[in-house]
Amino acid sequence: MGRVVVDVMPKPEILDPQGKAVAGALARLGFTEFAAARQGKRFELEVDGEVTPQVLARAQEAAATLLSNPVIEDVVAVVPAHPAAGALDRG
Amino acid sequence: MRVGIVTFPGSLDEVDAARAVRVAGGEPVRLWHGDESVHGVDAVILPGGFSYGDYLRCGAIARFSPIMGEIARLAGSPDAASPGLPVLGICNGFQVLCESHLLPGALIRNDSRRFVCRDQRLRMERTSTVWTCQYTAGEEIIVPLKNGEGGFVADTVTLDRLEGEGRVVVRYLDRNPNGSYRDIAGVSNASGTVVGLMPHPEHAVEPLFGPDRDAAGRYESTDGLRFFTSALASVLAA
Repeated sequence: MGRVVVDVMPKPEILDPQGKAVAGALARLGFTEFAAARQGKRFELEVDGEVTPQVLARAQEAAATLLSNPVIEDVVAVVPAHPAAGALDRG
Repeated sequence: MRVGIVTFPGSLDEVDAARAVRVAGGEPVRLWHGDESVHGVDAVILPGGFSYGDYLRCGAIARFSPIMGEIARLAGSPDAASPGLPVLGICNGFQVLCESHLLPGALIRNDSRRFVCRDQRLRMERTSTVWTCQYTAGEEIIVPLKNGEGGFVADTVTLDRLEGEGRVVVRYLDRNPNGSYRDIAGVSNASGTVVGLMPHPEHAVEPLFGPDRDAAGRYESTDGLRFFTSALASVLAA
């Protein structure tokens, strides 16, 4: 059982209201060392077999087609999940 | 004239959109997101709401529904000079059109991080579209606005191109409600057949049910009606 992690972040030039809210809350809680925060999305895609280069290529394609909107977001990582990352919660 | 109104799971305003078409003198035709065909309608409206629960991104999943494939094919390339199927996207419908790349830009969470619901003053900018030809350029109207993710964004090159080509259709007046770049409330494709906007003209088509507009506090505005009569006139003239 393999897993691919896809990380998507709002583009730097696009306003990130959620990140701003997080930054504000951090400051209120005394986490004053953090000057700013941006909030993105992490996807975990599970495959039956190993994470092959073909699987990664397909994950790249899925990331560009559905998981991100290139107008406002960047796909910053499409990588095999680290085995120690814990099992995917399958509900 | 037959105007198709698409219902996605989570759509909210399809009944009001159908009513607006009827009030304008057209025949509304209800379409389902799973339809492979638009059943020969003359124009299509993508209504407001929360298609697919707004999961992933607003409009991101609706974009891949069977009927959107057919609508995209019939609407044609956004930069084509030749007109395709007229499509109006209102609120969530605008988000679906942007996700479908039938219109440029994207809609993100309001900069205020609050859901905004109010009567919004707007200026009509482009009136050479199928959906706005009965307005006067520069005319001010008031229609309801209600969104949580209505901030229109695009890169500077795209914004400059939209302005240069006169493709900004509607602009916010008074306070910008959601942080939209350059106060843009609605845009069109090159030929003026596909229009998307965040405000809701379909909620301002009948006296007593529109926004609070006059000094006496009466709800008399029917400022939104001409979006629908414009389309009827355009299709009849074509």
